[in-house]
Amino acid sequence: MTGVRTVLTIAGLTLREARRRRVVLALAVLTVLLLGLSGWGFSRLAAESGLDTLTSGQARLAASQLLNLVMFGLSLIAALGTAFLAGPTLAGETESGIALSVLARPVRRHQVLLGKWLGLVTFGSAYVVLAGLAQCLVVLATVDYWPPRPAAALALLAAQTVVLLTLAVLLSTVVSPMASGVVAVGLFGATWIAGVVGGVGAAFGNEGVARVGTISRMVLPTDGLWRGAMHGFQDSAAIAQVGAEMEGFPFLSDAPLTGAYLAWAAVWVAMVWGLAAISFQRRDL
Amino acid sequence: MATGPTAGPPADVAARETAARLVAELPPSSAIWASGLRKSYGRRPAVEEVSLEVRRGEVVGLLGPNGAGKTTVIKMLLGLVRADGGEAMLLGRPTTDPAARARVGYLPELFRYQPWLSATEVMALHVRLAGVTVTPAEQRECLALVGLAERSRDRVGGFSKGMQQRLGLAVALVARPELVVLDEPTSALDPLGRADVRDIVLDLRSRGVAVLLNSHLIGEVERVCDRVVILDRGRVAASGTLEDLLGRREVRLHLVDASPAVHARLAATGTVEQTGDWYAVTLPVGTGGATDDDAVPHLVRDLVALGARVHAVEPGRVSLEERLLDILRAGATARSEADA
Repeated sequence: MTGVRTVLTIAGLTLREARRRRVVLALAVLTVLLLGLSGWGFSRLAAESGLDTLTSGQARLAASQLLNLVMFGLSLIAALGTAFLAGPTLAGETESGIALSVLARPVRRHQVLLGKWLGLVTFGSAYVVLAGLAQCLVVLATVDYWPPRPAAALALLAAQTVVLLTLAVLLSTVVSPMASGVVAVGLFGATWIAGVVGGVGAAFGNEGVARVGTISRMVLPTDGLWRGAMHGFQDSAAIAQVGAEMEGFPFLSDAPLTGAYLAWAAVWVAMVWGLAAISFQRRDL
Repeated sequence: MATGPTAGPPADVAARETAARLVAELPPSSAIWASGLRKSYGRRPAVEEVSLEVRRGEVVGLLGPNGAGKTTVIKMLLGLVRADGGEAMLLGRPTTDPAARARVGYLPELFRYQPWLSATEVMALHVRLAGVTVTPAEQRECLALVGLAERSRDRVGGFSKGMQQRLGLAVALVARPELVVLDEPTSALDPLGRADVRDIVLDLRSRGVAVLLNSHLIGEVERVCDRVVILDRGRVAASGTLEDLLGRREVRLHLVDASPAVHARLAATGTVEQTGDWYAVTLPVGTGGATDDDAVPHLVRDLVALGARVHAVEPGRVSLEERLLDILRAGATARSEADA
């Protein structure tokens, strides 16, 4: 019972920190900017190139691509935001000494870590779901496109954030706050590029190159989840019409996620969180 | 086949009940009990075989030069640093159990509190984490005790170092502790603040709260501590009450016209060392008859009555500082001799 109280207290504290440190405000401003820009872009696209003059399949394909592109922007904001929030909140607190008085209370370290993680997960997931939903509404209002599986896609986007954030938490228990943010975001970017490279390899039928993407998606499941999310945002019927010419394009996904991959992502998060807990437990403050 | 503590024959039950009664009748466990604590950082040993005890309601000072391992010992007691060896108990529970810290207040040497919270919110957070019920009014009182009543609603980020240390003191006191560990509690405080800390420690002692005080300010330790533990290079170099460590008090007298009767009176008080007209007389500590405080006035009155002309009376006492330096220098000499 006291354990649950500790976890919830620390989770609430982490959310309060995000609000007080103006992280929420900064993210809100960035998101409104991105939404406004994309709204303007979509409306110009509809007006000038005349989406209604294209065949409806092409129009849906264009809308899918653009939606995925903007969602990638959102997931990047979420990734940067949470990774740079996770670093200071854990490593920063141990470095500055804030953790000393907290951990000298009758609490277990893994409870404090779980509280931090839970607060960050709530914050990151709530952000991508809300911002993603807003983006879908912007697209609906401007070009009248509504993704086929928005709920699943937003959930996968949130899962991607959770994966990255768990990695950032692990890193922040072993390296300095700044390094943990940089490494987490760097790995996120590297996996995405590896995914694109793998996609290109698959398009050209080069198995060796294609494997790069597969392996990177196993090592860090952010890119795999991102591709699953894209699949939920795009109109698969339109893509099927276009066929092979769009294969390997980074802002379209050719297959939905398998249950096995989702299970792997869950196991990955549990494993990395466990490592973070062990590392934090053994650390001398 | 594993055997557990299941109910056995009636004789066993009775024996267990007797044992439980005996345990319950034991005097309350020490506030701090540590035995053979060891810690190395890499190959460098920081703490070697440190054993110490702080009894309930006792104020113990931890002294020693920089790098002696004082803060490491404190952090091992609080579970912030993993000990390589040895064991320790806080308020009767092993330090490996977080519940041992339920009634412990701690002011770290590196005192920092969430800068985005107000002082009141920091207090509420610590009360929640400690798992005790402390009313907001009591929390405010605690802030007022350290002189932060006016700033309770301000963000900690805007506090000066001294104010943050005062807040840390309030945090250490807020959850009704039975043991308070203060690591350099006055490092950022002005003389007024130091006096406040001294009053707070004395008040804690009067309420039966045990205090472990790590401080460089020897005068501070000398004023408030019942016992002192001196650490040097990760080991306990000396420990004991101030009287144990400082030995007997002495008084130096400048006397002219000292008759044999005067000499006899001096000799009756204690050992006398004479240098010209100066007499250094050791005084017995707390012996029967005249109390310690009365020994000097009684001696002077008798000497005057015996016809001695008293030009000067200087109370002399080896200060804790001198004693500390002696102990540390003796340790250094012993080491250099052992190396040679």
